[in-house]
Amino acid sequence: MIEGILVEGLLYGIMALGVFITFRILDFPDLSVDGTFPLGAAIMGVSVVNGVPLVLALLMAFAGGLAAGAVTATIHNKLKVPNLLAGILTMTMLWSINIRVLGNRANLPLLRQNTILSQVVDLLGPVVGPDWAVFVFFLVVSLLIKVLLDLFFHTDLGLTLGAMGDNQQMVVSQGVNPEWLKLIGVGLSNGLVALSGAFAAQYQGFADVNMGQSIIIAGLASVMIGEFLLQSNRIGLLTVRVLLGSIVYRGIMFLGRYYGYYINLTPNDLRLITGLLIIASLIVSRYRTERNESARLRRSLRAASSAAGKGER
Amino acid sequence: MIRLDGVSKTFHPGTVNEVTALRPTDLRVAEGDFITIIGSNGAGKSTLFNLVAGAYSPSAGTIRINDIDVTRQPEYRRAGYIGRIFQDPMLGTAGSMTLEDNMMICYRKGFKGLRISLNRRRREYFREQLVDLNMGLESRMKDNVKLLSGGQRQALTLLMMVLSRPALILLDEHTAALDPKNAAVVLDLTRKYVEEYRLTTMMITHNMQHAIDYGNRLLMMDNGEVILDVSGEEKSRLTVEDLVDRFHRIRNRELESDEARLS
Repeated sequence: MIEGILVEGLLYGIMALGVFITFRILDFPDLSVDGTFPLGAAIMGVSVVNGVPLVLALLMAFAGGLAAGAVTATIHNKLKVPNLLAGILTMTMLWSINIRVLGNRANLPLLRQNTILSQVVDLLGPVVGPDWAVFVFFLVVSLLIKVLLDLFFHTDLGLTLGAMGDNQQMVVSQGVNPEWLKLIGVGLSNGLVALSGAFAAQYQGFADVNMGQSIIIAGLASVMIGEFLLQSNRIGLLTVRVLLGSIVYRGIMFLGRYYGYYINLTPNDLRLITGLLIIASLIVSRYRTERNESARLRRSLRAASSAAGKGER
Repeated sequence: MIRLDGVSKTFHPGTVNEVTALRPTDLRVAEGDFITIIGSNGAGKSTLFNLVAGAYSPSAGTIRINDIDVTRQPEYRRAGYIGRIFQDPMLGTAGSMTLEDNMMICYRKGFKGLRISLNRRRREYFREQLVDLNMGLESRMKDNVKLLSGGQRQALTLLMMVLSRPALILLDEHTAALDPKNAAVVLDLTRKYVEEYRLTTMMITHNMQHAIDYGNRLLMMDNGEVILDVSGEEKSRLTVEDLVDRFHRIRNRELESDEARLS
């Protein structure tokens, strides 16, 4: 049970990292994710069935997501369409493309195929058991991606990308074309999402055109739960809290799935719960900022009045 | 250095909402000039800046910088050699990033690569620059910029702009949103940097005394055109009363004193 939650948390955590880049760093709410996740799964699935080298297949999935994200950014940049609409357009078009990639079908089973996970289980399974072997693998992969992302956000380009969501005028004033930054950021984000989809297909044993449905909400919930757990402005902690948030989110979903029937919950209610979870996080974070701001106001008023008191004397 | 020939800007041309923000204007700015610009709201000062900076493209006319036609060059390209500060202190810095990250972004203009340039030597350089501000910011380099006051933020923006040594700086009432004490500090810094780095400067202000005290040339704008252009000796002898008087003579009406404050 616990290893299942951890594995799912880390696996979907890679997707949540992508969502974090668009929603939090770029301030570009990108809905193409619902299409790029199954795109990654489809590319991986077809590659596995056709015996493409697995590492190459992962790279192709990443590249596919990157290209889809670039399409979203380009629609937004060049046609001056709101980013939400650009994402929905890409997501809708990807549904048809994903079925094409899967070979004109909606589902491609991968059971008893040679995947990265089956190799990992063969290699580590005898030592720690198959479930923990998969966990070790995802721990290494997600931490590797996290560290690479941290490094990226320390580069000059990464820093500028960080300023983008905060203050686009500042980026323009620094002589950087904001359209390029959006292209890079949204592309990178969707590349990660597709990579996560590629792993999900191997983990679940099939690639399905519908496996991306409302994945964006799961990613957003993970990001917000993470923000609830830890507060910081250091990128290393920001990314780690996304992974932690994803694990907690999967834990909550697991509880809902296995113990929900005590209170008459069915798996169909999980999306409702996810939505309510996001609303709850929003309320809490709102309450927090309000409290912080009123505390700051009180402090400055006190400082001002004591300064005035000194002046009179 | 900068040459505007017949530059004008009309918003929503051909509709009932048509507004002429800037009438055809010729302007020459020489290297090293420090020009102050005054005028009431809607006089076209900010439109002029937006045209020079490239945020708007002109309805007619050409803009040349160092003999290169930049009329169609997008804003981010021109930002490579033009520094600009807005009235709103929030627009110059990224609030949820640290001071040092902000400074790093502004250190070099143009597209950024995948290099990690923020190292110890650079931090030390940034620290020295912050000491010059005299605000104690050198001990807060890891703090988020949104924790700073408006005055500190604007001073930081000024410093960050100077780091890249722009050929021209545009100051759009950059002290108007600050309290008088901080406004004075930021203005002093402005003068210091302009002199130290011999920056070609255009500064919009609502304060006539500042317009007279600072710079070597003064433009007065009204209703989309430059109505007064004084420089050198003549400018140094100007008084606020002179300005009001000359406006009255040119325009044959009173200067709205609530908009252009006299002191």
